[in-house]
Amino acid sequence: MTTQIHLTVDGKKHTIAVDDPNMPLLYALRDELGMDNPHFGCGLAQCGAFTVHVDGQAIRSCVTPLAAVKDAKITTLAGLGTAEHPHPLQAAYVEEQVPQCGYCINGWIMTAAALLKSNPHPSDQQIRDGLSGLKCRCGTHMAIIRAVKRAAAMA
Amino acid sequence: MNAITNILKSDLTRRGILKSAGALVISFSAPVALAEAATAAIVPKPLDPTQLDSYLAVHRDGSVTVFFGKIDGGQGTDVGIAQIVAEELDLPADRVAVVMGDSALTINQGGASGSFGITWGGKPMRHAAAEARRFLVNLASERLKVPADKLSVANGTVFVTDAPGKKITYAKLIGGKFFNVAMKWNGKIGNDLDVDGGAPLKKPADYKVVGTAPKRRDVVAKVFAKPVYVTDVRVPGMVHARVIRPPVAGATLVSVDEASIKSIPGARVVQKNGFLAVIAPKEWNAIRAAQQLKASWTQPAPAFPEPGAIYDYIRQAPVRKRVVEGTKKGSVDDGMKDAVKVVTADYEWPFQSHASMGSACAVCEIKNGKVTIWTGSQKPHYAQAGVAALLGVPPENVHAIWMTGPGSYGRNDAGDAALEAAFIAQAVGKPVRLQGMRAEGIAWNAKGPASVHHARAGLDANGKIIAYQFESKGFSRLEVDSNESNPADSLVGQQMGIALKPTDSFGTPDDSYDVPNRLMAWETIPPLLDRVSPLRTSHLRDPVGPQIHFASESFIDELALAANTDAVEFRLKHLTGRDAAAVKAAADKFGWDTRVSGPRGDAKADIQTGRGIAYTKRLNTIVVVAAEVEVDRRTGKVRAKRFAVAHDCGCIVNPALLHNTIEGNIVQGTSRALHEEVRFDRQKVTSVDWETYPILDITEAPEKIDIVLLDHPEIPPTGAGEPSSRPVAGAIANAIFDATGIRLRRAPFTPAQIKGSQA
Ligand code: FES
Repeated sequence: MTTQIHLTVDGKKHTIAVDDPNMPLLYALRDELGMDNPHFGCGLAQCGAFTVHVDGQAIRSCVTPLAAVKDAKITTLAGLGTAEHPHPLQAAYVEEQVPQCGYCINGWIMTAAALLKSNPHPSDQQIRDGLSGLKCRCGTHMAIIRAVKRAAAMA
Repeated sequence: MNAITNILKSDLTRRGILKSAGALVISFSAPVALAEAATAAIVPKPLDPTQLDSYLAVHRDGSVTVFFGKIDGGQGTDVGIAQIVAEELDLPADRVAVVMGDSALTINQGGASGSFGITWGGKPMRHAAAEARRFLVNLASERLKVPADKLSVANGTVFVTDAPGKKITYAKLIGGKFFNVAMKWNGKIGNDLDVDGGAPLKKPADYKVVGTAPKRRDVVAKVFAKPVYVTDVRVPGMVHARVIRPPVAGATLVSVDEASIKSIPGARVVQKNGFLAVIAPKEWNAIRAAQQLKASWTQPAPAFPEPGAIYDYIRQAPVRKRVVEGTKKGSVDDGMKDAVKVVTADYEWPFQSHASMGSACAVCEIKNGKVTIWTGSQKPHYAQAGVAALLGVPPENVHAIWMTGPGSYGRNDAGDAALEAAFIAQAVGKPVRLQGMRAEGIAWNAKGPASVHHARAGLDANGKIIAYQFESKGFSRLEVDSNESNPADSLVGQQMGIALKPTDSFGTPDDSYDVPNRLMAWETIPPLLDRVSPLRTSHLRDPVGPQIHFASESFIDELALAANTDAVEFRLKHLTGRDAAAVKAAADKFGWDTRVSGPRGDAKADIQTGRGIAYTKRLNTIVVVAAEVEVDRRTGKVRAKRFAVAHDCGCIVNPALLHNTIEGNIVQGTSRALHEEVRFDRQKVTSVDWETYPILDITEAPEKIDIVLLDHPEIPPTGAGEPSSRPVAGAIANAIFDATGIRLRRAPFTPAQIKGSQA
């Protein structure tokens, strides 16, 4: 028994058939829509590697059942900006050469993008608090903070 | 934003080269401008280590591709290699593309290993580039009919020095053709591989590209979510797999209830001997099947010691091997006779996990007896060998393609995933994509070993160390090898019945302290289980460096205190040259206040502040870290607030990338010092996720890391990937003592430890 689910991802509408409407959003994005991000990190909402925006809010798609987001507008890192029209955070990430492996990147950029939307000029402490809980095993935290500040200055 | 677009374009072009060779067949949806020459046509087959063509090709447009048998884990090793090659060839760095870690296109140079990427990996590439330049200048000399010593090269154009209008380009000379030049090969494969054709190398004084800071080549693709990761590989007809680990360490499979997953579409069991996995066409269904599958396992006696007693266990365990290693001088016993003060101390370090950002992934396709394995392993050529041995096919029938995965920091779970994906693909006759669940990468990867360290030293009347003995005892750093070329070193191999064959290896402190009588040794103890142990050990970033130097540099501080001397001054009393210069540079940058360490001021204040320093060497790279910490007396929480780092790795190839590499190590090193300890009970590892294996949070990241890069262009690079991990824990421990008077001799420096030590 499959269930039909409608999704709007990065501005495009999709209809998918799934075996389990409680399947987390991430598998719909990767498996059904063939998207290459976000990444599976922990599947437990502890790391952020699978962060996307749902109606502008940063959420952890690895624990978000598909059924809960079926009519929402979903934005992934790929939909945030392009090389031609980058989001300020993407431009700042390139400028600061932030990532090492970069596997954590969705969590930081998508969460920081939501943070900058609600608070365009955060203090150092607000940046840290706003990004608390996300993981980066390579330890690029200093560069992440520099990039968020740079992006805030650009806006 | 043109710059970004351009970087992206050039990045994709580089990938185009790979694509044309069949390496990236799959779902690379972005428009790819194909490179004018297909790599397949410009790499000799078979790859021959003596042939220049195996390392370097000049395309018809005059750009160059080098074939590098290592990989880059996100620190920019490939950019450094491009710079080194560009330097010798008199080209701009952006004219040199670097193909890495593809077993069909590159010779095995050891993969990522021991911070050797530039140090050793760069050597043959540099020699090959110099040889290519000599060959091209000689060819130009024939064509232009001007002696070679009257020719110069700039931007890939050879011209007559006195008549620059008379010229010919590399492209015209050889573009798209083979060199067919042999070089002298040292007969080694792996890290030590070197070739030399005898061409003179450029003098450091003439460097134009080495020492500059071109940007990374992978960042743009990562930031714009391009499919560059091993996790992004998709092969038509592939199924998803998940492996099932034993519920407790040492348990073996008794039976599997295949019917327990029959409600899940397409799910089926893959089982052979002790190996158990599930597959399904949809990834979520494979995960559900793994969760739902019922299997019964033996109930073995508990394999692990009481976690609280691990250090006593190590002290009492039989010694498998004892080795005296490192600097040995004079006689410690004789030196002790002249000592006016003797200090002894013991230190302890826990098992730690790579805990890569995502658990490892691998994709395997077997077609007509040819195996392709896409892997994030940092040693893809060894993955090729391991897959071949496990599947029983000749290595030349296995094509390993490295694609970036979550950072590995040593032998993480990537090698195991590669062998398991191949094993399942062979068993089911379909392409397989396997990715671990969170526990695979934290609980089931090989671990950095737990250890104890005993130090004893005597001070003479001048407050100098006259005798010094340092001994470590612990689990070997290599119960499984640092690569997966032998199935005995993989979980699937062991589950198929191959017993663990541990190598005994540890290490001793690396420093240049001038001590007249010195002895250093290590002892290894038996592994906890003879196979499939979640507490088996292997290399974790700067293998055994952080634990040994946490101990040795804490101990040097204890000696400084016994000598009633400032910690920087005490070190400088025993150091000269580059070592002393680095200590001074870090202290200066930090704004070190010279005094004997120990708490000052209000002992009852809630926040206590202190500073500490640690100096270490690693294969001739010198790193000194000065740290400022705040300790909250109420909570016991330690905050590493500020660092100053002096880093001397000889010649600096790319200061910007070096800077970010060091920052990453300082943050990761802080995390390991303050938080990281693999938890276990008597039957299993209980650190299975980020809640149970916490790492440093961004709210705890330092406020500032100042880095002084000490450049010595005349000294060949000595490596930078790991050395700055080494002194971090020692510097923090010394700063905690300065703040509180509490000497922590066990890592990590948790609130419980601080609270437990408070008077
Ligand atoms: S860059 Fe590797 S985990 Fe963040």
